[in-house]
Amino acid sequence: MRYLIMLKAVPPPAPPPPALMEAIMKLGADATAAGALLDTAGLAPSAAGARVSLAGGQLSVTDGPFAEAKETISYALYEVRSKQEAVEWASRFLVLHRDLWPGWEGDAEVLKVFGPDDFGPPA
Amino acid sequence: MAVIDPRSVVETVWRMESARIVAALARIVRDVGLAEELAQDTVVIALERWPADGVPEHPASWLMATAKHRAIDLLRRQGRYQEKLAEIGRTTPQAADPDLAAEMDDYVGDDLLRLIFTTCHPALSTESRVALTLRLLGGLTTEEIARAYLVPEPTVGKRITRAKRTLAENRVPFELPPPAEAAERLASVLEVIYLIFNEGYAATTGDDWMRPALCMEALRLGRVLAGLAPTEPEVHGLVALMELQASRTAARTTADGSPVLLQDQDRRRWDRLLIRRGLAALARAEGTFGPYVLQASIAACHAKALRPEDTDWERIAALYEVLAYVAPSPVVELNRAVAVGHAYGPARGLALTDTLEMPNYALLPAVRGDLLARLGRAAEARAEFRAAAAITRNARERAIFESRAAELT
Repeated sequence: MRYLIMLKAVPPPAPPPPALMEAIMKLGADATAAGALLDTAGLAPSAAGARVSLAGGQLSVTDGPFAEAKETISYALYEVRSKQEAVEWASRFLVLHRDLWPGWEGDAEVLKVFGPDDFGPPA
Repeated sequence: MAVIDPRSVVETVWRMESARIVAALARIVRDVGLAEELAQDTVVIALERWPADGVPEHPASWLMATAKHRAIDLLRRQGRYQEKLAEIGRTTPQAADPDLAAEMDDYVGDDLLRLIFTTCHPALSTESRVALTLRLLGGLTTEEIARAYLVPEPTVGKRITRAKRTLAENRVPFELPPPAEAAERLASVLEVIYLIFNEGYAATTGDDWMRPALCMEALRLGRVLAGLAPTEPEVHGLVALMELQASRTAARTTADGSPVLLQDQDRRRWDRLLIRRGLAALARAEGTFGPYVLQASIAACHAKALRPEDTDWERIAALYEVLAYVAPSPVVELNRAVAVGHAYGPARGLALTDTLEMPNYALLPAVRGDLLARLGRAAEARAEFRAAAAITRNARERAIFESRAAELT
């Protein structure tokens, strides 16, 4: 089963502590070595992006930044045997922040990616 | 807001960490059976304590540390601690560290590799290697293994018990194979992983065409192995082969579960991420010509063709020729005949099948049927498809062969 984990947080005023970055790299290496992490990357603040909308038949483009309190700051794509395993990887990621960046708060959204096991095969 | 359920965390973290924990314990007690028992005891302790005391701050580390303490306690009780300490000191590159548990931490990767080499040891039957690998490295329960292989649970239980006893009786050392044996032992490891993958990819019995869970488990084991033995081209070749084959999973069956042949698959349903990963793994093995690398190179030819007619059949035929030299087998010859039939015409393909003798192998008459049909020899083609239908044990496959025969009337 594949899960997309999106990390959301209020953009912090200071860059993350080097020890945290080091720990995140190690966790990524561990998850890769465990055969679970397929892909991951950090995301620039929404100021660098844009949103293309369709409403009432009209396309519109809005440049970032967007007004949301929390920004998506990274994503990771995992292949695991259960939702609980995806939740455990997300928890490990947040535990690193808890241990190494006091005061940091955020959410890791664990989203299931549909795969062949979720659909009937094509007609 | 739902509170984290401690029991669920115990089960999940155990499943994710069990191989590393068993591997670490096996290094301490030098017996995989005993290591697994000690690890299971640790799970029981966690199931008692976590719901009462709360989930520890670092659940995986807690399990590992508790398990190691139990193993060291056991050795101390048996008065064998100093002896084992000396033994481990001799077999590691570093001098003996007075703190055994701390020293262990640096060797998790090597321990896992040792565990893989042990569960795939040639002293065990193939069935036992598969069962023990799924049990100790995949963390699958006996029941799950039995369900995947359509055999009674007690049978799997006996295989695993017997395998552990065989390892103990033969005093199979829990260590990396000596250089002279390394290649042969690695071949056994790769074979076991690919057997597991294939059992999931194309079930040999029953009506279940695929058992995706086994495929995913084999793929995961392959990725783990690639991390542990990054300089072995064939490991990357096997991973590439499995990623590329798994990329076709969604396109391989129709709504009623019948298989869809490669040239008929909707290629938009192929998993591009797995294809990318497969090609990347193959690139790591480039320039080598082991059997898995060659098979992965063939799979890559298919993966790179956006339409069936873009397939580089000449390259595939050439790769099969090399494969037939490196790892000769009738199956390889048959596949080579298919490729030659596409690259240079059905008559040349058919000529290659004429000398093949593969009793009870349904794909030989099926391939001959296809080549004969393309040559316009309908009556002979029909007879071949009927022969294929009579041989196969897979109900879906039989239906396809029967319908091919019927089309030719």
